[in-house]
Amino acid sequence: MAEVLVLVDHLEGEIKKSTYELLTAARSLGEPAAVVVGAPGVAAKLADGLREHGAEKIYVAETESADFLTPEVSVLASLVEAKEPVAVLIVVSADGKEIAGRVAVRTGSALLGDAVAVAGGAEGPVATHSVFGGAYVAEAKANTAHPVFTLRPGSVEIETAPGAGVEEQVEVPAGGRSAVVSSREPIVGGDRPELTEASVVVSGGRGVGSADDFGVVESLADALGAAVGASRAAVDSGYYPPQFQVGQTGKTVSPQLYIALGISGAIQHRAGMQTSKTIIAVNKDAEAPIFEIADFGVVGDLFTVAPQLKDEIAKRKS
Amino acid sequence: MNIVVLIKQVPDTYSERTLDPADGTLDREATDAVLDEINERAVEAALQLKETHDGSEVTVLAMGPDRATEAIRKALSMGADKAVHLTDDALRGSCAIQTARALAKVIDTALPDGYDLVLAGNEASDGRSAAVPAMVADLLGVPALTHARQITVDGSAVTVRRETDDGITVLAAELPAVVSVGEKINEPRYPSFKGIMAAKKKPVSTLGLADAGIDPSEVGLAHATSSVTSAQPKPPKSAGEKVADEGDGGSRIAAFLVAQKLV
Repeated sequence: MAEVLVLVDHLEGEIKKSTYELLTAARSLGEPAAVVVGAPGVAAKLADGLREHGAEKIYVAETESADFLTPEVSVLASLVEAKEPVAVLIVVSADGKEIAGRVAVRTGSALLGDAVAVAGGAEGPVATHSVFGGAYVAEAKANTAHPVFTLRPGSVEIETAPGAGVEEQVEVPAGGRSAVVSSREPIVGGDRPELTEASVVVSGGRGVGSADDFGVVESLADALGAAVGASRAAVDSGYYPPQFQVGQTGKTVSPQLYIALGISGAIQHRAGMQTSKTIIAVNKDAEAPIFEIADFGVVGDLFTVAPQLKDEIAKRKS
Repeated sequence: MNIVVLIKQVPDTYSERTLDPADGTLDREATDAVLDEINERAVEAALQLKETHDGSEVTVLAMGPDRATEAIRKALSMGADKAVHLTDDALRGSCAIQTARALAKVIDTALPDGYDLVLAGNEASDGRSAAVPAMVADLLGVPALTHARQITVDGSAVTVRRETDDGITVLAAELPAVVSVGEKINEPRYPSFKGIMAAKKKPVSTLGLADAGIDPSEVGLAHATSSVTSAQPKPPKSAGEKVADEGDGGSRIAAFLVAQKLV
């Protein structure tokens, strides 16, 4: 069976869960082969987890190089040429998208970006895309050999399956002129779940009125174990940081439960959350378009409704 | 320093966007089109670099239909010096790979003064592949410094503070290089009346495929590296229950969530 190359996403030896999603997805296309690129010694920390999730092979490319993303690109490109894989799978992230694009142009492969599913087809692997925030579902196929796919985190349910995980050392080829990393300041994650991976999201909009008042959104989110989001209006007004923006120009989320507080529901926002399974809206304006897609809506003041909801949930949990 | 800014005309994100039912491409006629906001920031970054580096020139490069001239005019009225517009019917439906190849070809061969720095937005609001700047860099064989929150050019050295969800990375490279800018890099200036008038006289060179030395078999929907095989609108979600808060709004939501087994 042909190999499927899966780029392992890790932060200094800490695996990212999305890698296991990719390994799960890879099984439907061929034989999963994990590709580890990182500092010397990193593969040893990752190998067991990769084997438990079905990696039949583990290509290990360890390097001290400070080149930015170029080692990943050149290792993948050389493996594509040597192994003729049926596909290359990379997670959707800032780095993942960039690596995928560069590998695709170097190897003459198609780039199928931001897929929510991949499946084997009669004419090769097929990607499913959720377009314009879920307004359309599209399928696309590659017209080249070894297409490169990027897959959205959270779109595949992880299944464990034992894999042989045979390790093979790989050289890091010279990758040409590259940007070099001079320093890194990783974001220290808070206690809340990551926005795009959370099963519950509570978001605030212009109706929250100020940065200080966003506390009401956060405390409801914490009662539900939810991530916090914000509409573009709230971000533009400086109520909440831009990395939490949900919408056409922000993040796309698709949680089990989405609670919109003081958000009118302009297309800009709806495109980022309308595929949520259940939507709850609280807004003073009974005509707000958010109610058109809400499963349950309350016309009222979010500053009385949200705390009451929070108390009810706290009561249930105690 | 010769600075080239890649710009793109996109559907306004405040308008509803649709796919052409015939071939699954974006229906660009059906929406209002604007210069992508992130490109305005790239133009602004170029103008700021020009202001601090004597003898610099800013060229904007757009690939797209005739309509893209509006986006070009906007960039010129902000203060860019001249423009190159790659336009040809055969380009329609080009995939990200073909687009990157065509842009790289123009940058590499069709700019009489060459380039030191290519600036672009980090991610277009329509395609969102967020890969074109890095692909162009790879094709040109130059470093890619992406998602810049801050750009410093000192002699032939460029340094970028790259900001993504994962944190900040400081990247360094030698020119020529490609830099893509993120949303937080700056606030783009508004074109002044003088700028708008001046833009009308600035040179725009329009290139067809033949002028740029691009083979028509390398671009366009029919030769794209991937094809959309189906595209269906999802039925819109219908409204559920809507109640007025009578002091029990929060409790009623809680009851709904319990009934749906969500808490």
